[in-house]
Amino acid sequence: MARQPTGPPPPLAVQKLRLRYAKRGRLRFTSHRDIARAFERALRRARVPMAYSAGFSPHPKISWVGAAPTGVASEAEYVEISVVERVDLERLRRALDESLPAGIDIVEVVEAPAGTSLPERIEASRWGIRLPQVSLEVASPAVAAFLAADSVMVERLMKDGLRTLDARAPVMSMDASGDGGCATLCVVVRHVTPAVRPDDVLSGLRSVADLVPPVPPEATRYAQGPLTELGEVGDPLAPDRLAMTTAGVTHAVADLEQAAAGG
Amino acid sequence: MPVESLFPRLEPLLPTVSKPIQYVGGELNSQVKDWDTCDVRWALMYPDAYEVGLPNQGVMILYEVLNEQPHTLAERTYAVWPDLAAKMRAHGIPQFTVDGHRPVRAFDVLGISFSTELGYTNMLEALDLAGIPLHARDRDESHPLVVAGGHAAFNPEPIADFLDAAVLGDGEQAVLEMTAVIRQAKADGATREQTLLRLAQAGGVYVPHFYDVDYLPDGRIARVAPNRPGVPFRVHKRTVMNLDEWPYPKQPLVPLAETVHERMSVEIFRGCTRGCRFCQAGMITRPVRERSITGIGEMVETGLKASGYEEVGLLSLSSADHSEIGAIAKGLADRYEGTQTSLSLPSTRVDAFNIDLAQELQRNGRRSGLTFAPEGGSERLRKVINKMVSKDDLVKTVTTAYGAGWRQVKLYFMVGLPTETDEDVLEIAAMAGDVIRAGRQVTGTRDVRCTVSIGGFVPKAHTPFQWAGQLDAETTDRRLKLLRDAINADRSTAKAIGYRYHDGKPGIIEGLLSRGDRRVGRVLERVWREGGRFDGWSEHFSYDRWASAAAGELAAYGLDLAWFTTRERQETEVLPWDHLDSGLDKQWLWSDWQDALAEQDLDDCRWIPCFDCGVCPEMGTEIQIGPTGRTLLPLAVVSRPVSA
Repeated sequence: MARQPTGPPPPLAVQKLRLRYAKRGRLRFTSHRDIARAFERALRRARVPMAYSAGFSPHPKISWVGAAPTGVASEAEYVEISVVERVDLERLRRALDESLPAGIDIVEVVEAPAGTSLPERIEASRWGIRLPQVSLEVASPAVAAFLAADSVMVERLMKDGLRTLDARAPVMSMDASGDGGCATLCVVVRHVTPAVRPDDVLSGLRSVADLVPPVPPEATRYAQGPLTELGEVGDPLAPDRLAMTTAGVTHAVADLEQAAAGG
Repeated sequence: MPVESLFPRLEPLLPTVSKPIQYVGGELNSQVKDWDTCDVRWALMYPDAYEVGLPNQGVMILYEVLNEQPHTLAERTYAVWPDLAAKMRAHGIPQFTVDGHRPVRAFDVLGISFSTELGYTNMLEALDLAGIPLHARDRDESHPLVVAGGHAAFNPEPIADFLDAAVLGDGEQAVLEMTAVIRQAKADGATREQTLLRLAQAGGVYVPHFYDVDYLPDGRIARVAPNRPGVPFRVHKRTVMNLDEWPYPKQPLVPLAETVHERMSVEIFRGCTRGCRFCQAGMITRPVRERSITGIGEMVETGLKASGYEEVGLLSLSSADHSEIGAIAKGLADRYEGTQTSLSLPSTRVDAFNIDLAQELQRNGRRSGLTFAPEGGSERLRKVINKMVSKDDLVKTVTTAYGAGWRQVKLYFMVGLPTETDEDVLEIAAMAGDVIRAGRQVTGTRDVRCTVSIGGFVPKAHTPFQWAGQLDAETTDRRLKLLRDAINADRSTAKAIGYRYHDGKPGIIEGLLSRGDRRVGRVLERVWREGGRFDGWSEHFSYDRWASAAAGELAAYGLDLAWFTTRERQETEVLPWDHLDSGLDKQWLWSDWQDALAEQDLDDCRWIPCFDCGVCPEMGTEIQIGPTGRTLLPLAVVSRPVSA
C-alpha cells in the first residue's frame, strides 16, 4: 500500500487570483524556471498565505500561463495563485512587487471568478521586435515578402533535436514602422503547438528576404489574450474585472506611468 | 580613473550564450556601492561557474563583511563559460564583476577563494580575460593584488607564481586587516612591493615571492626560506573565535539563476576534531567553535526573512556533533511548524544520527535525502582512517532511518585509502547488501534502496596522510570494477543498490595539484594554454592534456606525475607547505600517520584530554562548545501584511 503523509490535510484555498506581470530590462534574460523560483521566494518573503498541495512534497498552488522565452521581454505575462485567507488585492500587488527583483513587476491583480479558465482566453500574442541598425527601407520589403508567402518553413533547435515548423501560418498580421536607424516590427501571432516565437519570425525573414540584423534584435511581448474579430489581441482579464465591478470589489493595478518608468 | 559599467557592451552578447542570467547580477541582497567614495575595492572570485560559486558561503560572508565597511566595496566575479569567453575576447570585453559589471582589472584586490585545486585553470583564464599578467612578477602598480584564500590556499605552491599573496584560514578578520593596510599603503603612495611587505609583516599573509625554494639533486626540497628581512619564517593561519560575533551572512544572496544549493545555509560550528585522517578540512579548521543555539536561531530567522528560501541547511563539517543539535532541531521545527520550511543537516556522521533528530528534520515540509559516510569499507580500514564505526552500528543506524520512513539512503565511501586491499573494498558490497536486507525486514516491504557512492582518496597537505603514496589510477579502476561485480553478484539485492563512482584518473591530477610544489605551476600554465578550463567538470576535464603537460614540463626537473602522486614521502622530507602553519605539529601528524599504519584509533579531544595536536597553543585558541542550556523561544505571531 502506498504510504500516506501523517497529520492534517492542508487548509483549503478560499480565493484564486490572476496576476499580470512584466519582465523588463536585464531581467529579460531570466528563463521561465528562474521566474518561477523567484516568484515562490517572493511569495514567502511577502508572507502571502499560499495554498499548498497535499502529499509528501507540498507545493504552493501556482499555475503559469505560457511564458516568454529567455531573452525576450514582456509586458503581459500571466500567473494564477490560490490563497487560504482572503487577501487585499492592492496590498498583495504591492507587497509581492516589492519582494520581486526590480524588472519583474506585478502590473495587475484580479480575483478569478469560480469556474472560469484563464488559459482558454489566451489565443494570441502581440510582439514588438526592435531591429537596431536595420532601416525601415530594408525591413518593409522583407515583411511584405514574408506576408506574401503561403508558408515559411524555419528550423529551430528543440530538446528533441532540430525541428522544422511553419513560421508564416500563425502570423495574423505584421507591420514595420520606425526610421532609417531602427525598424520595429509589430507582429500578431496565434498560439499554436509548437509555438512560433519572435526568433522563428526572424528566421523566416532571413529565409524569405535575407534579412540578417547586425546586432541581436530585442523582442517584447506587449499583449496576450483572446483574438478579436478584427485580428487584435484582447485583454484576458477584462471578464474578471467586469465580474469584480459587478460584485463591488476593487482590483489592483499598478500606476502605469510608474510601470513604464520601471522599463 | 573613471570606471564605467561594461554592461552596455556585454548585453548584446547575452542573447547568444547559454544561461545568460548568470552574468546579469542583481541578486536579492546584492549591492553596488559608489566607486568613487570607496578607496579600497575588492573583487571576490569563486573560480567556478556561477551556479557553483554563488552559494559559496566563504565568498558570501566576505562580500557582506567588506561591504558593511564605509569606504570599502566588494563585488563578485565568477568563471565565465567558454561560449561567452570566446565572444568577450572577440569584442575586447574584459573579465567583469556581476554586481557593477566593472572590469576586474580596476580593483585593488582580486581575492580568489579556492575550495578545491580544480579551480586553478579558471583562475588563469580569469586573469587573462581581465588583462592582468599571469605571473605576479610581471604586474605593476596598476594591477590588482591577486590573493588566494580557501582550503586549497593551505598549499598554494603550485599557483605561487601567479599569486601576489595567500591567506590561510578564516577570512573575516583577515580581509578587514588587509583592507586597513592597503588603505594606508595607498595613502602613503607605497609601491606594490612595499604594500606586499607591509601585508607580510602584519602577519597571516603569505607572499610567495618573499620566499626562495632550494632543491636537492634528487628533486626533493632542501629548504624554503625568506629572502628578505622582516618576513616571518612561517606564516600562520587565521582563526576567528566567538562565532556568535560573526553572524554572516545576515542577508544571504538569492540568485535568479538556478544554482547547486537551492537553500539557505547557517554555519552551526566551525572546525572538527573527530580526527578523520584523510580529511583536510577537519585538520586545518581546528579547534571546534560552536555558534550558540540562540545565535543559530537568530541567523535562521533573519536569513529566512531576507531570502524567502524554504530550506535551511545547518552547515558544518559534522552537523550532528553540535552539543545542542537535538534542541536546535526541535526548536527550529517547533518554530516553523506549518510554514513549509524544511531543515537539513548536510553532513551527518553515521554514529551521530539518531531517530529523534530524524523525526525533527522531517517534521515540516519536505523530506530530504540522507547520506551516511562510513568512508572505509572494512572495520580495519576505518581504524586506519580513524572513523570508528562498526558494521553492526552502521546497519542499525540505516535501518533506523528506514524504520522512520526514509526509503532511500546514500552510503559514501572512499577507494584508494592507505593500506587498502581488494578485500577492504569488497566489504562495501557486503555492507550494502546487509543494509538492504535489514531495511526490508524493518519496513516489511521491498521498497527500500541505497546508493553506494565512491570517491577516490586524494592525500592532502596538513593531514596525517600527507606522506602517503596515492593509489595509482589503474588499481583504483580495477577495484571499482571488482566492487561493481560484487554488488551485482548478489541477485537478491543488486537491483536495490545504486552504484556511483568516478574513474581514477582525475584524482591523480587533483593529487598533483594538492601536494605539488612551485614546479607544478608550469604544468598548470601549459594546460591552460592548451585549453584547460573547468577541471571540476567531467565534460571539460581532459586527463590526457594534464598528463602530457606534466610529462613535458616536469622532465626538465627529472620528475614526473608519479613522483608527486603515488610516491610515499619519508619523515625527514621537507614538504612544500612546511613553512605554512596550520597549527598542527608536524611531529604529531607523523605519529598519527604511524598510528594509522598500526590501525590505532584516536578519540575526539572534545571528550578526552588534549592529545597535543598543537593547534590551540600554537594559535592561541581554544575549543568553544556548549551546551549553553538555552532554548529557542517561539516567535511572536505577526498578522499577514496582505490580508483583506
